[in-house]
This record gives sequence, structure tokens and C-alpha cells, in this order.
Amino acid sequence: METRDVKAYPKFTKAMKATHTILIPNMAVLHFRLIKAALEKAGYRVEILGNCGSQVAQLGLKYVHNDTCYPALLVIGQFLDALNSGKYDLDHTALLISQTGGGCRASNYIHLLRKALVKAGYPQIPVASLNFSGLEKDSGFQLSLPLLCQVVACIFYGDLLMALQNQTRPYEDKKGDTEALTEHWIRTISGWIMQNKGYSAHEMKHAFKRIVAQYAAIPVTRVPKVKVGIVGEIYVKYSPLGNNGLEEFLASEDCEVNLPGLMGFVQYCIFNMGQTIRLYGGAHAEILGSEALLSWLDSIEKELCAAMKAGGYHAPARFKELEKLPKGIIGLGAKMGEGWLLTAEMIELVQSGYENIVCAQPFGCLPNHIVGKGMINKIRALYPTANITPIDYDPSATRVNQENRIKLMLAVAKERLNDRAKAKEPLLRLTAEDLGGGMPMLNHTAAGL
Amino acid sequence: MWKAGLDIGSTTIKCVVLDEQDQIAYQIYERHYSHILEKTQELLRRLAAEFSKGEKVQLAISGSAGMGLAQSCGVPFVQEVFATRVAVKKLAPETDCVIELGGEDAKILFLTGGTEVRMNGSCAGGTGAFIDQMATLLKMSAEEMNLAARKARRTYTIASRCGVFAKSDVQPLLNQGARTGDVAASIYKAVVNQTIAGLAQGRTIKGNVLYLGGPLTFSDVLRQSFDDSLGVTGVCPENSLYYVALGAAFYSDKAFDPSRVAESLNQYSAGSTYASEPPLFASREEYEEFHARHQKASVPCEPFGQDCGPVHIGIDSGSTTVKLVVIDQNAHILYTNYQSNLGNPLPLIREQLLNIYKTHPGLQVASVTTTGYGEELVKNAFHADHGLVETVAHFTAAKYFLPEVDFIIDIGGQDMKCFKIEDGAISDIFLNEACSSGCGSFLQTFAQALGYDVKEFAALGLFAKRPVDLGSRCTVFMNSSVKQAQKDGATVDNISAGLSISVVKNALYKVIRASSPEELGRNIVVQGGTFYNEVVLRAFEKEMGVNVIRPDIAGLMGAYGAALHGRSLSEPGAKSTLITQEELENFSQQVRSVKCGGCTNHCQLTVNTFSDGQKYISGNRCDKPVTGKSADNDLNLYEYKRQLLARYKPQSGFRGNIGIPLCLNMYELLPFWHTFFTRLGFSVHTSPMSSRGLYLAGQATIPSDTACFPAKLAHGHIKALSQMKLDAIFYPCMTYNLDEHLGDNHYNCPVVAYYPEVIAGNCPEIEHIPLIYDYVGIHRPADFVTKMTAILKKYFKGIGWSEVKTAADAAYKEYASHMADLRRKGSEIIAQARKEGKRIIVLAGRPYHVDPEVNHGIDSLICRCGAAVVSEDSVSWLEQKFDTSVLNQWTYHSRLYAAAKYCTEQPDMDLVQLVSFGCGLDAITTDETREILHRGGKLYTQLKIDEITNLGAVNIRLRSLFAALEEKKRQNKGRPRLTVIRNDHSETKKER
Repeated sequence: METRDVKAYPKFTKAMKATHTILIPNMAVLHFRLIKAALEKAGYRVEILGNCGSQVAQLGLKYVHNDTCYPALLVIGQFLDALNSGKYDLDHTALLISQTGGGCRASNYIHLLRKALVKAGYPQIPVASLNFSGLEKDSGFQLSLPLLCQVVACIFYGDLLMALQNQTRPYEDKKGDTEALTEHWIRTISGWIMQNKGYSAHEMKHAFKRIVAQYAAIPVTRVPKVKVGIVGEIYVKYSPLGNNGLEEFLASEDCEVNLPGLMGFVQYCIFNMGQTIRLYGGAHAEILGSEALLSWLDSIEKELCAAMKAGGYHAPARFKELEKLPKGIIGLGAKMGEGWLLTAEMIELVQSGYENIVCAQPFGCLPNHIVGKGMINKIRALYPTANITPIDYDPSATRVNQENRIKLMLAVAKERLNDRAKAKEPLLRLTAEDLGGGMPMLNHTAAGL
Repeated sequence: MWKAGLDIGSTTIKCVVLDEQDQIAYQIYERHYSHILEKTQELLRRLAAEFSKGEKVQLAISGSAGMGLAQSCGVPFVQEVFATRVAVKKLAPETDCVIELGGEDAKILFLTGGTEVRMNGSCAGGTGAFIDQMATLLKMSAEEMNLAARKARRTYTIASRCGVFAKSDVQPLLNQGARTGDVAASIYKAVVNQTIAGLAQGRTIKGNVLYLGGPLTFSDVLRQSFDDSLGVTGVCPENSLYYVALGAAFYSDKAFDPSRVAESLNQYSAGSTYASEPPLFASREEYEEFHARHQKASVPCEPFGQDCGPVHIGIDSGSTTVKLVVIDQNAHILYTNYQSNLGNPLPLIREQLLNIYKTHPGLQVASVTTTGYGEELVKNAFHADHGLVETVAHFTAAKYFLPEVDFIIDIGGQDMKCFKIEDGAISDIFLNEACSSGCGSFLQTFAQALGYDVKEFAALGLFAKRPVDLGSRCTVFMNSSVKQAQKDGATVDNISAGLSISVVKNALYKVIRASSPEELGRNIVVQGGTFYNEVVLRAFEKEMGVNVIRPDIAGLMGAYGAALHGRSLSEPGAKSTLITQEELENFSQQVRSVKCGGCTNHCQLTVNTFSDGQKYISGNRCDKPVTGKSADNDLNLYEYKRQLLARYKPQSGFRGNIGIPLCLNMYELLPFWHTFFTRLGFSVHTSPMSSRGLYLAGQATIPSDTACFPAKLAHGHIKALSQMKLDAIFYPCMTYNLDEHLGDNHYNCPVVAYYPEVIAGNCPEIEHIPLIYDYVGIHRPADFVTKMTAILKKYFKGIGWSEVKTAADAAYKEYASHMADLRRKGSEIIAQARKEGKRIIVLAGRPYHVDPEVNHGIDSLICRCGAAVVSEDSVSWLEQKFDTSVLNQWTYHSRLYAAAKYCTEQPDMDLVQLVSFGCGLDAITTDETREILHRGGKLYTQLKIDEITNLGAVNIRLRSLFAALEEKKRQNKGRPRLTVIRNDHSETKKER
């Protein structure tokens, strides 16, 4: 029998921190740009991958089992595409991939990546794991406490900027104002992080107010628009590469988009540590630990929400409230993948006026059979206005099919919007095209039949 | 002003013009054969000429293929479901629910009680395209198929999840001689099931139902089938084909001059942007060189004289074709025949054989060997001498052309076979069990859909400049990719080339899952009818980066291999058992289908009775209908597991009746929970063993059509329990399984862990019975008692901690003894098999794979092949935890890895993995299991299972495995190979 040490993959050593460039796949665009600054501050050399195109998926298909979920195919394909590009010194390049440690396939991405690297002829490339579950303890990539605090701050800032941008951009009078402001703040916050400031609870509180005030100052004209929430498997929810530019598409359909924040997922992961002990027994200290962490995060989140409300924005529900929403719909023990959080987010969206929801998942995503598609009927039964469409993403699911389904959802949404508008102000009439979900018209007149 | 609506669908184009009173003034319905742009322009010009005559009309476009067009010419686009809704609200306002089937889409619209629209997502099974495909398979037009279905006497079970599966169900039915009328009716039934299961997703279809779209308009049998399944009387209204167009017309509010619109569409084709591949040939010369190279791989042909002989006949009865080869003692070809089997191969073969007899009166037939799907049927009908599993037949033939062949790929009509050869034996087999994407029949169907002959269509692609990049996935996805490409202006030659390239990509990356050509081998023989298509051949060479051998008899290799096999087994002067000319003259075949009454499986049997009174029975899962004896399941641990589970019967209980669904993890935990609740004073009832009926009864509440079949079955079990007058149903959520210390963690998969949540959220049955689906952790026995006491308190009064403790202790004990019993029995079976010199197969899956509805009797099938069957959990405990290259964190999968490792240490033990379609975790486990086995020098066999009921492919797979194992064994004993055929076409040497 041929012997091979299956654990003999290259490890990311402490020394590599100085010598290696770490490549990171892109997911939540704003957040990751901020996190990059935090990692650089900690002494890592980091590059966030922006390469896309059909070869990314093709490489994924070539080196990963085709039935593996789409995010794994894309992330691994993106890495290999980058390594193939010749842009990187292969002896001084490392990869970073997240690992949740949950009961979902996603915990195995890192192993699939390592297998793929060997197959593709890059056995020397070390892979580091970004996880909070104590996996891969022998890695030289470890999150120190200051770095952790900075990452947390980056996620909060990212969530805030994303929410403000989404709520402002569709209504701005001058196209481009909002994005310019977001760009400004990304640079400013990155600068703070590099100077080791801006990430204490106190500093954040003040920063939140300043940021919100500046967005609120952008000249806008608020007209009724279709409001669409996006939930789903975390990668396809955020990554434009994964969801075929879903946010952009919805924007082109003249919708206001709401993507629940990334911090919710972090809090959900922390919550689950305690919840597992509560449900099945174990060290009580873990419950206390997770509660302490959550209450620290909540103290910041509270400020964030308050700042948004003060600026006239819709503030997302705090995690404390989210946690209560699934009662009677799904148990808080469903902790694989996005678990109960996804269901909670759908409910929160419906309750706060984002009743049109795209539930995005990779084709065949196991947790989403349960917490996404499996819960839609129940949510509809409780909230009859919920207009939810599940969309599957995979390498060959064509954009036209996905957009067609989304348009269908939007057609119903626009009709309702119109009905409401009619009830309120009879002057505003949408044309057939708007109702039918066609191209948005720039200067339409209410042409008679 | 006239109002016009244009509905540009995936296969047809429809136009309606309304007058001032909203009455239809003009209508057109035509197939566009994917010439969407041209047809649309033509139609608009006609409109201008015949109606508007220079005036403007109000115009709107709808339909799945209309979006791009509408955008480019500025005509408003109306989403097609929305258009339907508009039309229905206007024309049939009483409607509660609309079922609309189109070319590639299926939709259900609920209009009352909360408007909702459902469309088929990534799966186009059960749509018009699917029906067309099936009609093609039946050699009928859509109308003929409907007429035939009217005369149906019975229906067969045809998988409804995906058109591709259905196809692999239909083909064997035809090959086994089932009546076409029955098959046609079964296809309609499958469409109905697909629509209901895929789209209704738990919502009941009732009230006034409206049927729209082509298939429902043209087929009354389909409508009747829907009526029967739904228990309604639906209506197919006047103009049912035009509802989308009507809706568009009603909503048109912008006036256009149609001829202007037609003109502005000219620009549309100019901006062709789609992902493309490099052309296949850089120059004409390159093609000539390529063509000439492949001309060389040929078998010498000899004239088929009046009385030459002895000859050997090979017959390959494939899925869509019949191939027959006659060779002489030198393996030279005397005669070949290749034709479509027209659904029944026997009359064609009879005719061929008769012809051979007649034209060669002095012929000495030394052997007749059959192979392929119809191997058994043909062998029985004509008394052939040998039957050979098709994989081995192909290998035998390939060796003739390339003795050092190390990789063979055969792409046939709807099956694809690839095998790796190491040390002269088949070491790995890849079959496309669950998917026929990238096979010949797909290309054929597509060619027809586009209005071409398949050869003509293929030839178009040879010199395509920018072949469409269609990716490598399911046929269904390819359909929509093609649609998209057409939208983006791809021409037919580029589509043809793109389809051929995707055939190759499918084979390589989907079926074989190769990442580099080196991995597959460097001495490659390609065969099967599809490789006659030079585009496919070229694409394969380019993708592999190596020149390959395509024999001139690429489509006849199975038959040729069979003939060679017969030749190698024939002693000098041998005479075949083939029936005589006279018997052939009088040959007749009668086909009957009956339901077997031998056991509770009630298999649908197809009984062929031949003129000599002999019978050939197929469709059986065991030998009982053939031999009259019960299946020999002594050496089948799966059967023993079922027997063990059946022992847990309800006992009288003072606390009431509690039900447990026998699904997913309950197949293992039933002993635990049954004991637990019995001890607490409950009478514990389980749902019955799964059956087709049970599944269908629950299918309407399945919310996610891509979940695995074992999970979907849970809905049927809940339904069954709901009819049992119980006080509560117990089906807990379990994130964790018991820790068997074989892995890094001990999770359940997300579906097993949380499926009770889906049941609670989607099954209306539980409105009347409390469902206890709390989160429970049996992996911490001490905490379990406390936690469970608290949970039970919510539902029942007066169950105290100590009572729970006693019950839990008994439950853990029962579970331990159940598992010990399994292991003991496993060891017994292994010992007995060794005594009898039988092979031992570790049929590795999950506990729920013992469900006969899930495994389709594969366990018994293996036993019938003469091997003993044990389960993964009966041997996994013999291993210690070891390092795997993936995260080993699921209890069931840890067992799988351990079982694979154990197999590598046992010379007579091999592993066959059962994989449920849609099991996401198995995308990870299959590769790891394969690696463990290969490292230990073992073959890896994977069987993908779903709703699919046909065992034909599985059978081939298993027989190939056994043939390969035999070959390996022979070699290990150091005996010389039986036959060596040299490719210099000289005399064959027999070394014995």
C-alpha cells in the first residue's frame, strides 16, 4: 500500500508573515477592503482578488468535484486563476480561506482547496484558515486580540456604509454622490486603522454619527420604489461574482436593496456556541463567554442603529431582536450554514417593509433546503405580503433564467407598489412596462391605453 | 387602434392582434426553430403588410426569448407569467389556479387566496421540450403520442424529477418491449408529477383550474392526467396557446410601426456577444491531416462469401441502436449492421439473422454473443451462446486496436462509459447513471429541435469560427445556455460546435471528473456512435491534448468485442446454440406486463413470451418470479437490518400513542427511541416501510425539489403517520450524532439534522397532531436525561427525571445491543461468505439506504450476482481513527472512510458506495473514499441513486466490477492471460 501523509500539506508559518503575500477571495466588497487595512496593520501582506470571468468557474469545475457547492468552485477557481496569471511569486504567495467549523460542507473548503492546489501543480502554496472555532491550530496565521477588535470594527463600519449606501443611492439627485462618499469613508476608515485608531467602542460611536450625517446630507428625492431584501448563503449573498451582480441588477431595475449586515452572521456564530451548550449541555462558562461577547457587540450595535435612526434612516433590527423573531418558525438550534439567522433575516425584512426578498443560494445548498426554501411557506402563512423568490446559483445556471425569475418577483412587487401608490396619490401611474418588469424607463410619460 | 402582443417562447412564436373591442382579429402560432430574430422580423413585416399598412399599432413583447429583442428595439417587455395573469384576469376571471406548460418552462399561478406565481427553476423536466424528447424516443409525433396514450391500459413509474432520468426509465421499458401506449401515458403522468412536486411545493391546487400552453392544449391525455392527480376538472379555454400574447396585447400602450420595429432589429444581430471557444481547426489543412489520421484505424474487411465459416456473431443491443457484427476466425469483419432499434430490438435482429441465414446457406456459426442493455433479452430470445457485460465487450474490442490501451471512452446514444485499464484489467469505470448530458441522443434531439438532420448539424460545427461556450452541465441547463447564446446572436454553426464541445467537457469534467489528461492515460481509444461526429472527436483531442484512436467501427465496438469474446471461448469445430432458420421464420414475441404478487414489492414485470414458449422476465428485483423461490438473502446484512427494525412493534402504553417516521436517521435510531418511549409508557408506532405510493402521497408538500430523495420520502412518512390516530409524532432535530470516535467531530448532515423543521413548516398534516421536533442531543447521555425531561414536560404531564433516566438507560442499552447485533451478524456473514468462497461487498451508504425504496433493491441485486453484502457500519468499528485529507466531521461519513480503509486490508472485500442524488456531502466523501481505496489498491464503485427505478445501469456497473475483480484475481494468481490479440491482424495466439 502506497503511504502518503495526508496531513503533509505546507503550513503557513509565522516567518511567512514577512515573506508571503496572502491572497484573499472577495466576498463583501466594502467590508473586505476595510479588513485588508486591518490585516496590513497587523503586518500581513494582503491582496484581495478581483479577478473574475468565465475561466474562474471553469478552473473551479476542473479541479473541484462538480457537485460541490458553487462558492467552493468559485473561490478555488479564483485562487487558481490568480496563481495562473503569473502576477505572483509562487514561492512567496499564500492563500487565506474562511472556515466555519459547522456541520455544513463549507468547513471542508480549505481541504478541497489544498487538494486542488496539488492537482493543479501548486503543492508549495500554503493555505491559512480564518476561523473562530480553533481549527488548524498549527497555523502561523492567528488572530491577535487587537487585530480581532479591528476586524470587528471593520465589519461594523462595512455594514453601516453598505446600509447607508443602499438606502441613499437609489434616490440621489446627482448620480455618483453616494458612491463617492462611500469611497471617501473607506479610505478614511482604512487610514484610521493604519494609525491604530477608530476602532474602540467610544471612537466608533462618534464616527457612526459623523458618517450618517454626511450620507443624510446627500441631496435626494424620495419617491416610492420597490424595496428588495437579499438573504442567502453568505458567499452568494454578498459576492457579485457569486450572484451574477445581483445588487447591480436590482439597482438597474430601480429597486432599493437591503442586504442584512455581516455582523449578524458573526453574532450568530457566537450565539451558537452558547446555544449548543444550552440545548445539549456542557461547560456553562461557554454560555457566559458567548453572552459577554454578544453584549459587548450589542453595545456597539446599539450605537450604530441609534445613529442611523437619528439620521432618518431605517436601522436594521439588532441581533437581540433578530434572535426573537424565529420563534414559532424555526428553532434556534438550526446552526449549520446560515441556519436560523437566514430565516430571522427574512422575517425582519418583511416586517420592516422589505417584503420582496431574493433568497440566494448555491444550487443544492443543504442548509438552505431547510432554513431558506423550507421556511418560505411558513413565513408566507404568517406574513401574507411576503414575496419571496429563491434563486439558485451554479456555474451553468444562466443569468437570463435567474433574472427572469427575479423579474417575476419584481412584477408582483411593482404591481403592489402601484396599487398602494394609486390608493395614496392617484397621479402616479406606472406603465405596462414597469408592471411587467421590463426595462426601466428614464423619462416615461403616463401614456394612455 | 390595433393592439398587438408578441409571445416569443423557447420553441414557438405567437402573435395576437386585438381590435378596439379586444376581439382577436388575427393570430399566428409557429415554431421558430431557434431562428428567433428572423421569425420575429418576418412576423412584424407581415403585421405591417396585412394590418397596420403604415399605421402604428400598440405593441408589447413577452416570452422567455423575447427579453433581449424587446430591449434592443425599444418595445415594452412584459414578463410572461405576468402577461398570463393579465389575460386570465380578463378572460377567465373565475380562475383559481393556472397551470401553464410551455416549451421549456412550467408555471403555476395561484390567483385566489394570495396571488403567487411559481416557475420551474433550474430544472426543465416535465415541459414541452421534455415531451418532445420523449416523443422522439418513441418515434412518434406529439399527436401520435397522445393518440397512443389514449389506449393505455396501465402506467409505469417514470422518474419525474428530471427529464433526463425519465429518459433512462423510458428507454429500458421500450427495450424490454413495453407497449408504447402505456409508456406514452406514463410519460404524461411523469409530467404531472413533476409539475405538482416541483411547482406546487406544498400549496394545494384546487378550485377552477385553467390549462394553458402547447402541451396542455394538444394533449387531452395530459389534461386528464392532471385532472386525475389533482382531483379537479380543469378547463382548457379557447385560445389557450395565446394567453401570453393576449396578456401582452392587453397591456400594450405604446404605438409602433411594426415594419420599423422589424428594421431596428437588424442591429440586434450585429452586437453578438457571447462567451466563445477557439475554433476547432485553424485551417483546412489541419482538418485534412486530422481526417486522414483517423482513416487509418480500421479493421480489415473480407467478403462475406456464401459458405465461409466458422463465423462469430456479436450483437450489441444498445439503448437506441442495435449493432451486429460477423467476424471470421481471423477477427476480420465479414458483415456489419447498425440501426436504430425503434423501441424494440428483437424484430430487427431477427430480420438480420434471417438475412444472414438466407444469403449464406452453408454458413457455420461457431458462436453468438450478446451485449448491451438488451443483452439478456436478445440472448434469451435467440438462444445465443454467451452474454457479455458491455464494458468488457468494449474493452475487448479496444485492445484489438491498441493493445496497450489504458483508457477507453465510449459515448453512445444516451449512455457514456469510460474505463481506465491498469494491468490489463478494468480498474475504474465511470458511467453516466444519473445524467445523459453530453450523449448522442442529446445532440440528435437538439439538431431536430433546430430543424436539422443530426449529421448535417454536426458538420456545420466543423469550421465554426466562434463556438459557443456552453459549459459542462446538465442537458437542461444547456438548453437554457443555448437560449441565452441565441439571444446573444450565436449562429447555428457556432451552437453546433459549442454543443459538441460541451459533450466532451461533460464526459471529462462531469462524468470522469478528470483534471488533467495525464491522469486518464495516454493510450486512448474513443468509440461509440457519437465519435463519428468529427467535431466531438476533435474537441476531445483538443481538450485532452493528445491524439486518440477512433476505430472505423467506433459505433460497432460493443458488437465487435462480443464477437471477439465468443471467438476466444470457442473450441475448434464449435457450433452455436443459435436458433435455426426455421425457428427464426416462426419467431414471435409477445409482451405482457404484470404486477408481481410474490412479495410486497409488487414489481412491475415485463414478460416476453417467445414462440417456443420460453419466457423472459424483466423488471424483477429478485429471482422469485423467475425461479419461484424466495430471494436468497442469507448473506445480506441490509435484509437483516430491515428484519431487526421490523421487530420494533407498538406495545400497549398507558400514556398514549406516539408515532415515529421511519425515515433518514430513524433507520438507525429507531431502537433507541422506540425503547425510550415504550419504557415511558407510550405505545410507539412507526410509519410503514417506504413505497412508491407513500412517496407520492407526500410529494405535494416538498418545498425544495433539489433535496435528496431520502429526505423527500419523509413527507410521505408523516402523511402515513397522520392517518394512524396518534397523540403525537416524535421526530427530533439532531445537530449531533453519537460520537464513534472515528472522526474529528460527529455531526449529522444539515438535512438529517434539521429536516423536522421542514416537516413542521410545510406539512399540513401536523396541524392536527402535535409534532415534537425539539433539538435533542443523545451524544451527551448525562445531559440528555435532564434536557429530555424538560422537553417532555412541554407536551406531557408527570414524566419525572428519574423516569426519563430509567428510560434513557434502557434506550442507550438497546441501541448498543442493536449495533452489536449488526456487527455480530456482519462478522457471521463475512465468515460464511469466506467459507463458501464468495466475494464480500461492503455496500456503503447511510443507515437510511436500507430503505428498499431508496436503494431500489441494489442489496439483493448484489446477492444475486453471487456476493455477500455487509454494511459500512458493520465493519467501520474494526478501524481506529486515522487521518483523512478532508475534515472528517460527520458520524455517518466517518464510518464510510473507516469501512473503505478496512476494505483495503481485506483481499476478498470490496466497497460499493451508494450516493443519493442531491447529497451535497457526498461531493466531498466520494472523492475521499475513492482515494482511500485507490491507495490501498482497490477499485472504487459508486452508484448514484434517486427516485430512478431502473436497475439496468446499476447492473452493468456491478457486473463490470465483478468482471474486473475476476480479472485481477486471475492476474494475481500469475496465470497468463487467456487471449492476446495482436494489432498486426495476424493469427491470434491462445496461451493457456
